[in-house]
Formats: sequence, structure tokens, C-alpha cells
Amino acid sequence: MDVSVEAAVADAHRREWAFVLAATVRVTGDIDLAEECVQDAYAKALSTWPTQGIPDRPAAWLTTVARRRGIDVLRRRTTHDRVLPQLAGPASGDDDDADDGLVEIADDRLRLIFTCCHPALSPEAQVALTLRLICGLTTGEVARLFLVQESTMAARLTRAKKKIAAARIPYRVPALADLPERIGAVLDVVHLVFTTGHTAPGGSDLVRTDLVAQAVYLARMLRTLLPDDADVAGLLGLIVLTHARQTTRLAADGSLSLLSEQDRSRWDAAEIAEGLALVREALQGRPPGRFALMAAIAAVHAEAPTWSSTDWSELVGLYDLLVVIWPSPVVALNRAVAIGFAEGPGAGLKVLDGLSDEPQLAAYSYLPSARADLLRRLGRTDEARAAYRRALALTDNAVERGFLQDRLVGLDGP
Amino acid sequence: MAEYLVLIYQDESANTDPAVQEQTMAGHIRFGEQNGAALRGGNALQPSGTATSIRGDGSGGFTITDGAFAETKEALGGYYVVEAADLDEAIAVAKEIPAPVGGVEVRPIRPM
Repeated sequence: MDVSVEAAVADAHRREWAFVLAATVRVTGDIDLAEECVQDAYAKALSTWPTQGIPDRPAAWLTTVARRRGIDVLRRRTTHDRVLPQLAGPASGDDDDADDGLVEIADDRLRLIFTCCHPALSPEAQVALTLRLICGLTTGEVARLFLVQESTMAARLTRAKKKIAAARIPYRVPALADLPERIGAVLDVVHLVFTTGHTAPGGSDLVRTDLVAQAVYLARMLRTLLPDDADVAGLLGLIVLTHARQTTRLAADGSLSLLSEQDRSRWDAAEIAEGLALVREALQGRPPGRFALMAAIAAVHAEAPTWSSTDWSELVGLYDLLVVIWPSPVVALNRAVAIGFAEGPGAGLKVLDGLSDEPQLAAYSYLPSARADLLRRLGRTDEARAAYRRALALTDNAVERGFLQDRLVGLDGP
Repeated sequence: MAEYLVLIYQDESANTDPAVQEQTMAGHIRFGEQNGAALRGGNALQPSGTATSIRGDGSGGFTITDGAFAETKEALGGYYVVEAADLDEAIAVAKEIPAPVGGVEVRPIRPM
């Protein structure tokens, strides 16, 4: 096998999968069939590119092959098959020309994202479908990301695709009037993929770089497709600003390095510049949305040259706004932490203790660990020790456990 | 176009105030007038206490029991058959159905 061809096909898979699949779904009106045809097209690329050469526009080549195959299969289908439900949308069986412009294909990709993230599908199914169909991960890869058996994930994907077909979940970008209501689900999926990767829920690694990369890819794609959307700008800003700190989150020995300890000179300056520009743009949306505010919070940290120069009262102000439009207990917890720095640990603890009955935080390790830190700073060592122990009991990630254990030992130190 | 069955579920115990019932009925009449083009049928049902369930026993006989198939807090109280191009269109119609003490479920009808 020609190594350069193999690399070209792998590259086309990484870059163009969503393009090719979305353009093919448009012709087949059937996601399962389109997936099959696109897989065939990639296989055909591996067998024909070594002799025919790598085409100038691999995406167009792959789309033409996949669409032709789809049309062949549709023609051969029996009458009985033809009455099976088809995707509702602008399917056009005679449209087999792949050269009908990248803009249209880009629109197809956006259609597919909205189909995958339709609120009539469960959140788990939305994430799984997005990773499978938009990011081109195999079913086995999606299963491993979410720590379930491949057969479980296959069943979940099959069930979701059946529902898309049978209930006629449309293959369409929602009308402008419905977009604000629908874009939220898409952004939630991308954000969930990112946060799951940024701090893996379990396992030995703090970061799942594969998931983070997929989230960055999706957010960038959305930004290309919806360049004027403030929420999209906010989410991409949040992701790149968080990502800019990625390499400093672990110390040389693999232990967790807090924001206060990180070497800020190693933060990615290009990503920070990009993120700050996105935040400015996102904040122009009135009123600023959830992701714009979260990105603005990340921006305050990114702009502070040192931990001690962090503008905590600015952060408290942003959290005050965020907790109104996104009244999640986790946001309220972060707000309490910010107050603990802006006004002192006593003030922070007072706000934090108001959250102790939140059922959503009952198993959330950051509540006792934030409490432990405030108690430690107040010199209430015994209570801090108990809180660190409670946090440890709720933490599965090995790197985070190591951090909490160090803090626990540190309480007895000099 | 496809057809959807929109099932109206409601808490029967909460539905006794005649003023509320009258208001809901007026809401259904208004809904029918505004969505006539999409409606292929629809009815209100007697309370679930009037239901009879019949199940084949697998050897040619039947077991007949008093009550609805599933005992739930919110019981099936009526339905519409809606014609729509896709699920989004069906959901848009379903959102207009008055269901003050419950909600509606949208199910695609399998084409024969």
C-alpha cells in the first residue's frame, strides 16, 4: 500500500467526512444508506487512488462516488422498500453532481448537525450521533469515549437513526425564527464533548485529547457555518481560551497544577488572542448568552498576567450575570469561589454553605473541595480535613485524587 | 407528508372544575378552527375508569379486565390525527393543543 495514498485517505476522512456524508444524505434521504455509501467511497479511494492518483479535490471525488452508489442502491430497491420512511427535507435524487458548490455542501453539513441534535432525541443519542455522523468516529470509538460496550452504543445509534427516519426528524436548518431555540441543543452537545474531554470523568488521564480535539473541530465548523451567531462565537471563545491553558494544567510530575500555580508564559498566546476577539464579539449579543459569559470569565483569567492580579470583582460581576440566565448550582458554586477571593474566604464560605442542600451537588466533588479550600484559608484545619476526605470519596479521576491527597497531607505541614 | 397521532395525556383527578373544563373545550374548538387543514381526525375519550382491557391468553381465549392497559398518573384523554411534512411541523401543531393538566405525545403513524 502506497503510504502517501493511505495518508491522503486518512486526511480526507478526518477533514471531509462530514462534508461527504451530509452531501450524500441529501441524495439518499436515508442516513444508514448514506453512511454505507460513504464508507464504500473511502474504501474505493484506497483501492483506486494508488493507480489513478490523488484527486485535486478529494471531498468532491468522494462525494460523487458515494452519491452515485446511493442512487444505484435506491434504483435497485424494491417497491416495498420505497415506501419506507425517508428523511424529510430537501432530498433530490437527481442531484448527483458533486460540483454544485461548497457553500451548498456546507449547508448540508449544518443540516446534518441540526438533525443529530434535534430535541426529540435523547441527549445521549444527540452526542453519540454527532460524534458518529459529523466527526466520523466509528461506533467502537464512540463507545470507548463514553465507557460503554460497543453493542450498547450500536443499539443506541440504531435506535436514534430509526427514530429520525420513522418520526421524520427533518434534515434541515431551522427557520431563522426557530434558530435561537434550536442552536442551544447543538452548542450543548459540543460543550459536553469538550468538558468531558477537558476533565475526564474517570480513568488515569486528566484530559482526553481526542474528545477535546473533536469539540474544537465542531466549534470551528459551527463558527464557519454560522459566522454571525453570538452564542457560537461565545462557545468557540470559551473552548479556545480554556484550551490555551491545556499544556500547563499538569506539573512535570503529572500532578494537577492549579490556575494559581500555572506558568502563564506557557499559555498559548495565539489561542488567547483568538479567544479574546471572540469574547468581544460574543458580548455584543444583547443580552449576552451563557457561553459568552462563560467565555468572558475565561478571558478575565487569560488576561491576568499573574494569579494575584486576577480581577476577582470583575469575575464576581460576570458570575452574577451568569447565575441569572443559567441558574445551575455549579455556576453558583463557582460564584462562591470567586467571592471567596474577591471578599475573603469567610464571605465565600457563607455563600457556599447556602448551596449545601442542592440535590444536584450532593455527589459533586468540587463542592467539598471548594469548601475545604476556604476552610483551610480560614485556618479551620479539622473541618478542612473532613471536607477534603469527602471530596476524595466523590472523585474518580486519578490526577484529581492525587491533588486532593496532597492538600490533605499539606494541612499537617509547616 | 406523514401522519402523526397526537395523544393527549392528563391528570384526571385535577380536571373536575367545570370552569376549567369549559375553557379547555373552547380551546379545542379554537385549535380545530386554526389547524383544520392539518387535522385528519380527533376525539375526546371518556375517563380511563370506563376502559376495558382485553388480552389474548395465547390459546385462543381472552382475558378481559377492568381498566386501562397502563395505570399512570396521567391518562389518555383524547387524540388528534395530524398531517405534517415532518416532525417539526407536527410539534408546532401539537404545541397549540390545550393540555392544561398534562401534555401531549406525538407518535408517527406507520404508513401501510
